[in-house]
Amino acid sequence: MRKSVILGALTVAGLAAGAAHAATVDDIKARGKLNCGVSTGLVGFAAPDAAGNWAGFDVAVCRAVADAVLSDPGAVEFIPTTGKTRFTALASGEVDMLARNTTWTFSRDNDLKFEFVGVNYYDGQGFMVPKDLGVTSAKELDGATVCIQTGTTTELNLADFFRSNNISYEPVPIETNAEAQQQYLAGACDVYTTDASGLAATRATFENPGDHVLLPEIISKEPLGPLVRHGDNEWGDIVRWVLNAMITAEELGVTSANVDELSGGTNNPEVNRLLGTEGNLGEMIGLDAEWARRAIKSQGNYGEVFEKNIGENTPIGLARGLNAQWTDGGLIYSPPFR
Amino acid sequence: MADTSFVRTEMLPEQSPPLTSVGVLGWLRANLFSNLWNTILTVISLAFIGYLLAGLIPWVFQSVWVADSLNECREVMNATWGDTHGHACWAVIRERWLQLTFGFYPSELYWRPILAFVLLFGALAPVLFPWAPRWLLYVTAAYPFLFPWLMWGGTIWAPLMVAAGLAVGYFAHKFVEPILGGLAGMIIAVLAVIVWWLFLVGPLSGVLASIIPIGLEPVESRNFGGFMLSIMIGVVAIGVSLPIGIVLALGRQSDLLIVKAICVGFIEFIRGVPLITLLFVASTLLNIFMPPGTNFDIILRVMIMVTLFAAAYMAEVIRGGLAALPKGQYEGADSLGLDYWQSQRLIIMPQALKISIPGIVSTFIGIFKDTTLVSIIGLLDPLGLSNAIRADAAWNGIYWELFAFIAFLFFIFCFGMSRYSMYLERRLRTDHR
Repeated sequence: MRKSVILGALTVAGLAAGAAHAATVDDIKARGKLNCGVSTGLVGFAAPDAAGNWAGFDVAVCRAVADAVLSDPGAVEFIPTTGKTRFTALASGEVDMLARNTTWTFSRDNDLKFEFVGVNYYDGQGFMVPKDLGVTSAKELDGATVCIQTGTTTELNLADFFRSNNISYEPVPIETNAEAQQQYLAGACDVYTTDASGLAATRATFENPGDHVLLPEIISKEPLGPLVRHGDNEWGDIVRWVLNAMITAEELGVTSANVDELSGGTNNPEVNRLLGTEGNLGEMIGLDAEWARRAIKSQGNYGEVFEKNIGENTPIGLARGLNAQWTDGGLIYSPPFR
Repeated sequence: MADTSFVRTEMLPEQSPPLTSVGVLGWLRANLFSNLWNTILTVISLAFIGYLLAGLIPWVFQSVWVADSLNECREVMNATWGDTHGHACWAVIRERWLQLTFGFYPSELYWRPILAFVLLFGALAPVLFPWAPRWLLYVTAAYPFLFPWLMWGGTIWAPLMVAAGLAVGYFAHKFVEPILGGLAGMIIAVLAVIVWWLFLVGPLSGVLASIIPIGLEPVESRNFGGFMLSIMIGVVAIGVSLPIGIVLALGRQSDLLIVKAICVGFIEFIRGVPLITLLFVASTLLNIFMPPGTNFDIILRVMIMVTLFAAAYMAEVIRGGLAALPKGQYEGADSLGLDYWQSQRLIIMPQALKISIPGIVSTFIGIFKDTTLVSIIGLLDPLGLSNAIRADAAWNGIYWELFAFIAFLFFIFCFGMSRYSMYLERRLRTDHR
C-alpha cells in the first residue's frame, strides 16, 4: 500500500535530513514538472476549466517559467492554495514558486523570508456603490455601511482611510467574495470594498453591471507578483527574468505571433539578445539560448496575457491603467536585456 | 299489550363507518383538523409549504440546461420567461458535473473510482446485511488493499506486499509464542509487521515490479477532488474510526493505569481541538516539521487527521453504550468464567454497540459532512470546486445552483446512512425494555 511506501520514504528522508539539497532548478528538471502555487480560484487570474486545465493571468506566469525551464508549458503541477496555506506551502518546499495575486509587502519579503521577483499586476483597494446612491467620491461615504472581508489588509486600509478623512462608517464583516456579492446585491451594505481588479470582476457578473459604479479613489497600494523562497537566488533569477522577458517582449513589440519570424534575426540587438540569437544570456541564467523565445511563443508577451485573461475584451474588462508599459504612462518596466 | 312490545329477532346488517371517519377524509380529520388549534396550525403550515414550493418548483423546473455561460443563461431566461429571477441555470451543472464528482481525475481512468465505489458496496454488504452471500466477505477482506491501488494506481505488488505483512505477523506469532510465551509472541509479531511495512515493502515491491510489471497508471493525489474526495475521506474515516474508537473506549475503562491515561489523554486532546485546527496541522505544520523534499501525501495526512478526530468521538459514543449496560451483564459474563476478551466479544460489545447505533451513525454522518472543511486548506472538495468553478469568467456569479447540487448529493448519502441505521435498530430490537 502507498502508506507504507511513504512512511518508509519518511524514515529515509528523516535520516537524510540536514544533508544539503540540490538547487531548485535541478529538482524541477529531475522531477520534470514545476510545482506552482496558485489561487484556489480567482476570476481572470487562476481558474480550472471543465477539463481541469488551469488558465489565467497568474497561471500564465507559471506556464511561461515551465516553458523556459522544461521546454513544455504543460509541465506544471498547479497546487491550489488558500490565503492561509500559501506561505507555508512555499516555505516548506511544497511549491517551487507562488503566482497567486500576493501583495508584495515589507514583512512578507523580510519576516517570512520570501523573495518577490517582480510585479505582474499593480492593484489597489477601491469602492463599488450602486449608481442610484448618487455618490461620486469615497469621501462622500460618511455613515455608509461597508461590506468588507475580515482578516485582510483591506480592513486596515479602510479604517485608515475613513479615519484620515474624518468620516464614519459601519463595517459589515463577511468571509468570502461570494458572500460579499450576495450581501451587496441584497442591499445589506451600501458599499463593497476590495481590490479594484476584484471589484471589476465582481461587477461584471451582475445582471446589470451598469447600475453600479467604481469610485475613483484607490486607497492602498497592492503590487501583486510572483514570489520564491529565500536561499536559492539562481532560481529566483530565473522566475524574475521570465517575467521580465514577457514585459520586455511587449515593449519591443515581440508577440507570440511574430516571435518565430523575429528569431530569424533583426536589426534590434536587444530583441536578438532576448530571443537568444545574439549573446549568451541564456547561458548566464543556466538555461538554453531559446528560453525566453519559448515562453513568449507559448504564453505571449505581457500585453497579450493581460488582454487574453483580464483585458478590456474579456468579461472582467480591466483597463491597463497603472499596468501599462512605462512608455505608455504605466508602471510596467523591465530592466534591459543586456 | 302484546302488540306494543318490540323485540328485534334478527341482527341489523353491519354498516360501514361514517364517511368522515374513514379513508382520506377520516385520516385528515383525525390528524390535521381534530380541533381548532390543530386546524390553524395545519392551515398555516400548508400556506408556508405552498409558498416555498411556489418559489422552488419553477426555479428547479423552469430552468436553463444548455448554455455556455451565466450571461447566456440569462439571455435564454429573458427570451423565454421575460425575467431572470426565479429560474435556475443548471447549465453549469451540466458542464461541470463530472468535475464536481471526480475532481481532476483523468477522464479515461474514471472507471477506477467507479469500480472502487461499486466494490465498496460489495465489501460492505456482508457486514451490513444478513442476507448477503458469505463469499462477499473475501471482497471485504481484499478491499482495504484494493481500494488504494485502484485510486492511486501504481504497481500491484505494493498492496500485495502490505497484505503479506499480515502473514508475516501471523507466522512470527506462531513460531515465537511456543518459545517465549504469549505476550512476547504478540509483541514480536507486531514488531515484525512494522519492520516489514516500514523497511521491506518498498524495496521488495520495487524488485517484484521490475521482474513482473503489473500495475495501473499512477494518479497524483493532487488530481483527486469533488465528491470522490469527500467519499474517500469519509469512508476511510468511518471505516477506521469504529475499531479505533472501540479500542479507545475499552482502554478508557481499563484498570491498567498507563493504557487508561493514554486513552483519556488522546480522547480529551482530540475532542478539545476543532477539526479545522487538526486540518491546518496536517496541511501546514507537518510541512514545516518534516524535512524538506519529503513527499508525505496531503490527502493521506488529511485522512489520518479526520480519522483520529472521528475515533475520539466514536470512543465517547461507545463508552456511553458501555455505561448504559447494567452491572449484572459484566458480572454475568464473569460468572460464566469468560475471560476479558471473551466477555467483551460475546456479552458486552454486542449490547453496547447496539445501544450506541444512533450515536455511531450520527458521528458517521457528521464526519462525512465535515469533510467539506478540507476546502479551507486548498483541497478541491465539492465546495472548494464550486469556488474554482465560479473563478471561471463564464460562471462567475453563480451560487445557488452549485450549492443546491452539492447539498442534494450530500443529502442522498447522509439520508441513506440514517435510514440504514433505523433498519439496523429495528432488526436488532430484542425488546427488553
